[in-house]
Amino acid sequence: METEEILVAPGGELVEIVEVPQGAEAVGMPQLDFSTYPNQIFWLIVALVAIYLILSRVALPRIGAVLAERQGSITNDIASAEELKLKAHQSEAAYDKALADARAEAGRIVAENKAEMQAQIQAAMERADADIAEQSAESEARINEIRAGAMDAVQEVARDTAIAIVAAFGGRDDTAQVHAAVDDRLKGAER
Amino acid sequence: MADVVAIGEEHAAGGLNIHPMDQFIIYPLFGDGGVGMFTVTNATLWMAIIVLCVVLLLITGMRGRNVVPSRAQSIAELAYGFVYKMIEDVSGKEGLRYFPYIMTLFMFITLANFLALIPASFSVTAHIAVTAVLALAVFVTVTVLGFVKNGASFLGLFWVSSAPLVLRPILAVIELISYFVRPVSHSIRLAGNIMAGHAVLKVFAGFAGALGLFAFIPVLAITAIYALEVLVAFIQAYVFTILTCVYLKDALHPHH
Repeated sequence: METEEILVAPGGELVEIVEVPQGAEAVGMPQLDFSTYPNQIFWLIVALVAIYLILSRVALPRIGAVLAERQGSITNDIASAEELKLKAHQSEAAYDKALADARAEAGRIVAENKAEMQAQIQAAMERADADIAEQSAESEARINEIRAGAMDAVQEVARDTAIAIVAAFGGRDDTAQVHAAVDDRLKGAER
Repeated sequence: MADVVAIGEEHAAGGLNIHPMDQFIIYPLFGDGGVGMFTVTNATLWMAIIVLCVVLLLITGMRGRNVVPSRAQSIAELAYGFVYKMIEDVSGKEGLRYFPYIMTLFMFITLANFLALIPASFSVTAHIAVTAVLALAVFVTVTVLGFVKNGASFLGLFWVSSAPLVLRPILAVIELISYFVRPVSHSIRLAGNIMAGHAVLKVFAGFAGALGLFAFIPVLAITAIYALEVLVAFIQAYVFTILTCVYLKDALHPHH
């Protein structure tokens, strides 16, 4: 730095400096000291080129790759979550279907059993009815038989009595005639 | 600017001894010679630190390449995603081809701004030479790109076809001027913000030295301004980057 220099102050007026103490004391704006411009511009360009090369060659591709990877893994995670959700829905649907099937099956089995039991009851009742009918028919037959036996016994007694009465009255012993008369009378009573 | 005059007066009176612009002086790190083109200066040192920080953050920080990121990796991914999304939103999908270029600008400016907030550090982006080169690089790139991609129809950027025909030539002149003012505003906005903030911090620090017991007042002020400067450091980097994206969009799609 010169010991004596003329600087243009930003206000526009010329400021004359007689003694600038050596070292570092700015007069006016150091920004307008054109003697430092080539130096600043040179080093600025060096710095910018360095940063540009660092960024474009190494840093930015690397950061981009990391961000893309993260994005990818997030997308994957979301996709797999979606898939799992879908699977859960499917399992739920399958479960519901199985439940409904089981219910239907159970209903069917119940209905089947009911029908079978109904049929068995029906059959048992029919059989019982048949037995009852058979037994009552048998009883009827026996009652008829007994009744017929009783009739015969009455006829026998009536014949014998009639013969005895005829004999007591001293009538002729005409057995055949007596029998015919008794039967005739019995038929009339039966009628 | 008024500071400079005021301080000159104070200096003459022998009162306050504040040199808010000293922090911006560029000096050789080795030896006492002048500042030549290839001299290693404090600016060189801090630019090297910026490059180092880029390596530490974006390469060393990403070393794990974890799917679940570590802290440093989160910051690196945040920076990447921030700029990537900005380009996508502002410039469209085609703009993503220039992602490394814009990321370079963003990382350089952000780190320069934040490193400059370390006490006794040097603010690279407070120098108009630096920001002018950054802005001109954007301007030249975008203009060349506009003509390469669109040919002569890139000039349609200046011909506002939605305006009435009578107004179009006037608007074309205005658009043309505003187009060429872009690099100027682009660079001075950044350098001016950073320089002003740091100069104010130094001025208040000077007050603290002079006030004795009442030094706590400027110290509190410095604390507040420092917080503001942290905000400005990021916002200016963001503004520079997003404007780059806007200019890039104009180059890719010149029609309004």
